[in-house]
Amino acid sequence: MRPLAQSEAAMSIAAPFLVGVAMIGLWETMCREFEIPVFLFPKPSDIGRTVASEWPSLLRALGMTLRIAFQAFGTAVIVGTLIAFVFVQSRVIERSFFPYAVLLQVTPVVAIAPLIIILVKNTQLALTLCATVVALFPIISNTTLGLRSVDPGLASLFRMNRAGRLQTLWRLRIPSALPYFFGGLRISSGLALIGAVVAEFVAGTGGRSSGLAYEILQAGFALDIPRMFAAMLLITAAGVALFSLMVALSKLALGAWHESEVGVET
Amino acid sequence: MEVLSVEKFFPDGTRALAPIDLTVPAGEFVTLIGPSGCGKSTLLKLVADLLEPSDGRILWWRGYGDKLGSDGRRIAFVFQDPTLMPWARVEANVRLPLDLAGVTRQEARGRVADALSRVGLQGFERHYPRQLSGGMRMRVSIARSLVTDPNLLLMDEPFGALDEITRNRLDADLLKLWWERKLTALFVTHSIYEAVFLSTRVVVISARPGRIFKTVTIDEPQPRDEGFRDSPGFAAYCRQISAWLAEASVPPGGE
Repeated sequence: MRPLAQSEAAMSIAAPFLVGVAMIGLWETMCREFEIPVFLFPKPSDIGRTVASEWPSLLRALGMTLRIAFQAFGTAVIVGTLIAFVFVQSRVIERSFFPYAVLLQVTPVVAIAPLIIILVKNTQLALTLCATVVALFPIISNTTLGLRSVDPGLASLFRMNRAGRLQTLWRLRIPSALPYFFGGLRISSGLALIGAVVAEFVAGTGGRSSGLAYEILQAGFALDIPRMFAAMLLITAAGVALFSLMVALSKLALGAWHESEVGVET
Repeated sequence: MEVLSVEKFFPDGTRALAPIDLTVPAGEFVTLIGPSGCGKSTLLKLVADLLEPSDGRILWWRGYGDKLGSDGRRIAFVFQDPTLMPWARVEANVRLPLDLAGVTRQEARGRVADALSRVGLQGFERHYPRQLSGGMRMRVSIARSLVTDPNLLLMDEPFGALDEITRNRLDADLLKLWWERKLTALFVTHSIYEAVFLSTRVVVISARPGRIFKTVTIDEPQPRDEGFRDSPGFAAYCRQISAWLAEASVPPGGE
């Protein structure tokens, strides 16, 4: 036990893992002990069995939700970055339009989603649009902040060497913005998934889309509680995977130089 | 011969600099020294064209065209901080002024290697700034300023943040560089010892508004070495400048 506890890396994986195992174990025994019926609160083993047996349809639903999330995320990254570039061109533009970006952020998707779903015929497109609205703001605000966060000394250096606007953008502003941009990616990727799920909920079972939220709704109607848990489990897993992907990307891009990605070695 | 005759006036809410005339002949090492806030850094930034002189007085470059921004002007600036791009390796940091000027990679490679070897950093081309010590980062910064072969090198307290041992070593290396490359330098510092050790001329600036209080020529043979620091002449210059600085720090008229 001792050498394991001393290793930092082993601790950070083993400790949460042990907690998880203990909690699942407790859950399982409690449900068995008090004989709680499956339709009230399923045991972990029930959920596991459902995931295994319903795998094909759950996987299809997961694919649908992920597709919407990724489309929304991609759109948000492209549009958000473009907007940020426009914002840093002039303070006037930023001052004029930033409040509207904030409006987009503070209005809950659940409130906008019905409107979008009514206005946009294509369900898939409507859902993507909803998720994009949610995922957009962190990209805009982080990238704008990043593009503005240029070391004043370096800015002077570029000015003294008579760097052009494009040179300054490419060699100074964009690299300076990268850490902020990747921070935005992490937040936005999670929000895109949440946006996709929420939009599906709002669209309800009427739509022809059948993502994980649809699965949950259907399972709820059918009182198939283990299936609800199974769908929820997949959403969580997808969120964790998405986040890890962003962390890995950020490490790849910034690992060599940025403080946040550099270990404590000297 | 290249003469820089500066005359300017810089009210900045308060009056930061009274009209100042300063000539830096080619090949000289002129140091500005004065109490904090006396405007010596401002003066340097004006020369570098990082600030606009507020009263329309201009810097004149005699012998090199007439206007600022003409091609005869190759100014390099070494800041208080190393001011390196953390995302770029040492070689890319040093190459930056050449890249911005559109020099080809092939030509740049030789000049970068030369500049790095002059500051004793050969072998560190592929390092990132965070992997270097404070003194080494400053060396990278100096290499970057040398790479354009400047005809005026401006330095704004470049070694102020370093420990004394590193500072003395960098001073000695800088002096050697100045001598070998026949540089013209305008240097700002707080340290009397540094000023005397490096300079051919020391200009004492007084505060509020900044103006030239006294000028002294350090009439010691070049190239100097560490032994100069122990000579009686060195001590005499330091004493003299120290006395002037004390005087310069008292506002005229007294308060």
